[in-house]
Amino acid sequence: MKYFHLVWSALMRRKTRTLFTMFSVLAAFLLFGMLDSVRTSFADAGHSVSGAHQLITMSKLGLGNQLPLSLQSRLEAVPGLTAVARVSWFGGIYQDPKNFFPNEAVSANYFAVQDAVVLPPDQLKAFQSTRDGAVVGATLAKRFGWKVGQQIPLEATIWPQKDGSNTWTFKLVGIFHARDASEKSIEGVMFFRWKYFDEARQFAQGSVGWYQTRVANPEHADQVATAIDALSKNSDHETKTVTANAFTASFISQLANIGLIVGAIMAAVFFTLILLTGNTMAQAVRERIPELAVLKTIGFSNRSVLLLVLAEAVLLVVIGGVAGMLLAAGVVGGLKAALGSQLPMAPVGGSIWGEALILMILIGVVVGVLPALRGMRLKIVDALAGR
Amino acid sequence: MNAAVAEVQANNGPLVQIRGLSKVYTRGKQKLEVLHHIDLDIARGDFFALMGPSGSGKTTLLNLIGGLDSPAQGSLTVGGKRIDTMGEGDLARWRAANVGFVFQFYNLMPGLTAQKNVELPLLLTRLSSAKRRQNAAIALQLVGLSDRASHKPSELSGGQQQRVAIARAIVSDPSLLVCDEPTGDLDRQSAEDVLGLLQRLNREHGKTIVMVTHDPKAAEYASHTLHLDKGTLVEHATVA
Repeated sequence: MKYFHLVWSALMRRKTRTLFTMFSVLAAFLLFGMLDSVRTSFADAGHSVSGAHQLITMSKLGLGNQLPLSLQSRLEAVPGLTAVARVSWFGGIYQDPKNFFPNEAVSANYFAVQDAVVLPPDQLKAFQSTRDGAVVGATLAKRFGWKVGQQIPLEATIWPQKDGSNTWTFKLVGIFHARDASEKSIEGVMFFRWKYFDEARQFAQGSVGWYQTRVANPEHADQVATAIDALSKNSDHETKTVTANAFTASFISQLANIGLIVGAIMAAVFFTLILLTGNTMAQAVRERIPELAVLKTIGFSNRSVLLLVLAEAVLLVVIGGVAGMLLAAGVVGGLKAALGSQLPMAPVGGSIWGEALILMILIGVVVGVLPALRGMRLKIVDALAGR
Repeated sequence: MNAAVAEVQANNGPLVQIRGLSKVYTRGKQKLEVLHHIDLDIARGDFFALMGPSGSGKTTLLNLIGGLDSPAQGSLTVGGKRIDTMGEGDLARWRAANVGFVFQFYNLMPGLTAQKNVELPLLLTRLSSAKRRQNAAIALQLVGLSDRASHKPSELSGGQQQRVAIARAIVSDPSLLVCDEPTGDLDRQSAEDVLGLLQRLNREHGKTIVMVTHDPKAAEYASHTLHLDKGTLVEHATVA
């Protein structure tokens, strides 16, 4: 610590340059914190269902594969489950493809499982008793100006009707709100009756996208999930039971290899950062050669000079990096509050901080090592003479 | 020269003893001998001026005496220790304990205050932070800059910066001060202040000083003057 003021004064010798470099480090670690939060969320998805009160059972082969309707009665017989609902992804479009919003066919008992929404009892009753009834979240209703009682036409992208028409019309019977601000994103979803969907669709009748179930005791969620998946073991429709977050992660994974994308982006960002910060450090040390020579003159050893320059580089990256990670923690917290489980992001916790700190130190050492070696190897007499 | 310093000289012999010292620089295939077989004794408590034209080898000799460079040949003993045979690490430790350096262009750390600049050599000791501060304050007081302790070099005049550099050179109480053109960048008044200060450190505190200078007036402050020409000792004068 007694050398800290020396390292700090060297770092602050050119304040503007140092600040700009720190900003670039901050930006890189802000990106790292956010992307690693997503990557961690995907990597952890499905590892454990312990503590979950809702489970989702889907085909082990992925969401593109349907499950049989006959599985429902067998699921209902699994001890520890209080409700079993059917869900199928519809993927309909309202007026224009750019108006995309999630829309799903769900069984009438869906809201006994999905407790993230608050639907007035009369509207719930209307949903359960109206064959072509649909409910939408408040955000979605506000977005398109929909009112209860209105007919909403959706253009199917996957499921045509038996008569070949792609236009499905639903009667809006309810508008729900999110129970919790952290689940606000669910207000952008539309649900309609699965029975109507199944009867009217042109093909794949009697198949279900996935089952959403409610667990009586979250502490037993692991055992319940194992029991569910055991039902279809060695059948042509083996299942995988996961939490809602893991399900969302799996859904997005259908589109791309998140780990690979995150890794590629971060590699590019850190490579650029190393070039930029390395250049700054090299320039900073080049300007300070006479000062380093003076340190050596008054008795600082080669090793001390090496460590001082390395400490300067590490400090530069750590300050920018910690600021970036703090910002990332705030942004991820905000995004989680706004989007809930729709966008899987793990909190910027201990493991992500640990990875970030290791990266900061590594990058600091990498960008500092060449200038530090130059400082260490300088010949005092030549440096003082300006050679 | 005061009596105390003379007594130390008489009792302990020369502080710096140079025998058959040569220095050769190699540039490509060319070898350039800048010092030829120098024999020289510098007594403890002496104030020694090295003079000579540019390229005569005086800074090279100063660097060798200060342990900043190694000779090609010969022996160099300072305070009873052969420094010409020391490795880089040992030389660094030796310099920290035994030599104070004053440069023409002060060479202070621009980001540090005068106080922190003076404390620099003490970072290499086991002194506590409070003791370092105290010693630096004493050194600054000695050079008459107590009231400038919190100023950065850019806030000081050239003469004041050189006095801070002198405070830094003496703060760890070395027996030898090597000064390379300490007044070369100063106006006449500041130069006289700095030279007066060096003379006081020599006379009142017993510091042995070896100073390179082009300026005959500066050399007048020394008790002995050595002239070098083309790497050879030309004249060894004693000032009364």
